[in-house]
Amino acid sequence: MTTQASNRDYSLLGESGRTAVETGLAAAEWYHTDVPRKDMKALMQRSDTPAIRDTAIWLGSMLALAAVGTYFWGSWICIPFFLAYGVLYGSASDSRWHECGHGTAFKTRWMNDAVYQIACFMIMRNPVTWRWSHTRHHTDTVIVGRDPEIAVMRPPDLLRLVLNFFGLLDAYHAMIDMVRNAAGIISAEEKTFVPESEQPRAIRIARIWLVIYIATIASALALGSWLPLVLIGLPRLYGAWHHVMTGLLQHGGLADNVIDHRLNSRTVYMNPISRFIYWNMNYHVEHHMFPMVPYHALPQLHAMIKHDLPTPNPSIWSGFLEMVPAFLRQVRNEDYFLKRELPPTARPYREEFHAELAPTAQ
Amino acid sequence: MSDNWVEVCAEDDIDEEDVIRFDHAGRTFAVYRSPDAAFFATDGLCTHEKIHLADGLVMDDIIECPKHNGRFSYKTGEAMGAPVCVNLKTYPVKVEDGSVFISI
Repeated sequence: MTTQASNRDYSLLGESGRTAVETGLAAAEWYHTDVPRKDMKALMQRSDTPAIRDTAIWLGSMLALAAVGTYFWGSWICIPFFLAYGVLYGSASDSRWHECGHGTAFKTRWMNDAVYQIACFMIMRNPVTWRWSHTRHHTDTVIVGRDPEIAVMRPPDLLRLVLNFFGLLDAYHAMIDMVRNAAGIISAEEKTFVPESEQPRAIRIARIWLVIYIATIASALALGSWLPLVLIGLPRLYGAWHHVMTGLLQHGGLADNVIDHRLNSRTVYMNPISRFIYWNMNYHVEHHMFPMVPYHALPQLHAMIKHDLPTPNPSIWSGFLEMVPAFLRQVRNEDYFLKRELPPTARPYREEFHAELAPTAQ
Repeated sequence: MSDNWVEVCAEDDIDEEDVIRFDHAGRTFAVYRSPDAAFFATDGLCTHEKIHLADGLVMDDIIECPKHNGRFSYKTGEAMGAPVCVNLKTYPVKVEDGSVFISI
C-alpha cells in the first residue's frame, strides 16, 4: 500500500504535462479504425427513444425504491430497497453524466441537458468543470500531466482505491470543490481546462447545490432522522461501488502516454443489468475511438470494428483478474503495464510512436 | 468578399444532411448539403481543437465535431455551446452545371 516517489507528475501544472506538450503527446492525432462514412453516419444517428425509455426506467425505479424504502424506514426491510436505490443514484448517474455530457444520449438537446444536470448533482460533479475536464480526457486520454481523469495514478494508492468503492474520497473532494466554487474560487488546475467565460456558471451551480445540501441537512436535523440524507447525498457513497467497479476497468493497468486507445482502454463484455447501469460504457475502446456514437449504437460499432481491436475481456471478473495483479506490480514498478494483444486481423500498433513504453512483464 | 470560386465536387457527391472534406491550397474546408438540398461551406477544422468536421455528424443545420461533440450552425458558423466557443468562418457557395463551387 505504500506510495513512493513517482517519475510521473500528474499535476496539470507540472513537468509531465509540459513534456507531453513538447513531445507532441498532447492534442495528438490518435489511431482509429477505418469505418466507411456511410456506416459511421448510420451509427452516429441520434434518437430520443432509447434514452427516454432508459431514463424513465432509471428515475421511475428510483422513485419506487425510495418510496418503499421510506415506507419501511426504521426497519431492516428498508435496506435492500435503499441499496438498490443507492446504485441507481450513486452509480447509474455516472454513466448518465457521461453520455449526456457528450450530448449523445438524446437527439433533443434540452433532454440531454436536463438529464445531465440531474446526473451531475447525484454524482457530485460540477456540470461545467467536469464537462471541460472530460473534454480534456478525450483529447489526452491517460496522458500524464494532461488528463485530469486518470482514475489510478502510478504507483497505485491501494487504500484510496478501496475507499473509493464507498465513494469516500471522491465525495470528500467533491464537497471541497463545491464549497470552493460556491465561494467564487476556481482553482489553478481548473483554470487550465475551464475557459474564463464558463467559470461564472460553475460558480452559480455550486451555490445552488450548496443550498440544496444545506436544506437537506437542515431537514435531517429538524426531523431527527438520517432519512433526508439517505435519499439525497449519501447514496453517492453507499451506491458508488458499481460505477467504481466498472470505471476502474476502463483504463486500469493499461498503458499511459500512448496515442492508440487500443493500448490504453479496455472493452469488457458485461451482464445486461450492469450494461443498463453503465449505459454500454463497457465498450470503452469503441467509445474513445468514436465518441460521437451514442451509447445505444456501441454494440453495433463493436461488431463492426472488433477485428481491429484487442479481444474484449469476457466478464467483469476476468477484467479484475488481470487488472488487480497489474496494480500490485505497479506498486513496485510504476512503469509496468498490461500490453493489449491484437488479433491477426488488426492493423498493428505503431511502435515508433510508443518508443518510451516500458516492456511488459511476464 | 473574394470572387475566387473554386470547384469542389459534383452536386451528387454530397448526400443530403451530410458533409465532405475539401482541401485546397494548403487549407481545409467542410462542404455541407442540408436536408433541403442547399449547400454551405465552412472552415474544415473545429475551432476547439482542430479536428476535421467532415468526420462529424450533420443534424438538420448543425455540424457536430466527432471528437468532443461541439456543435456549430454550418449555415452561420455560430458556435452553439461548450466546448466550442469560437465561431466557424463560412464561405459563399454556388452550384453551376451540377458542380459545387466555394468562394475562398
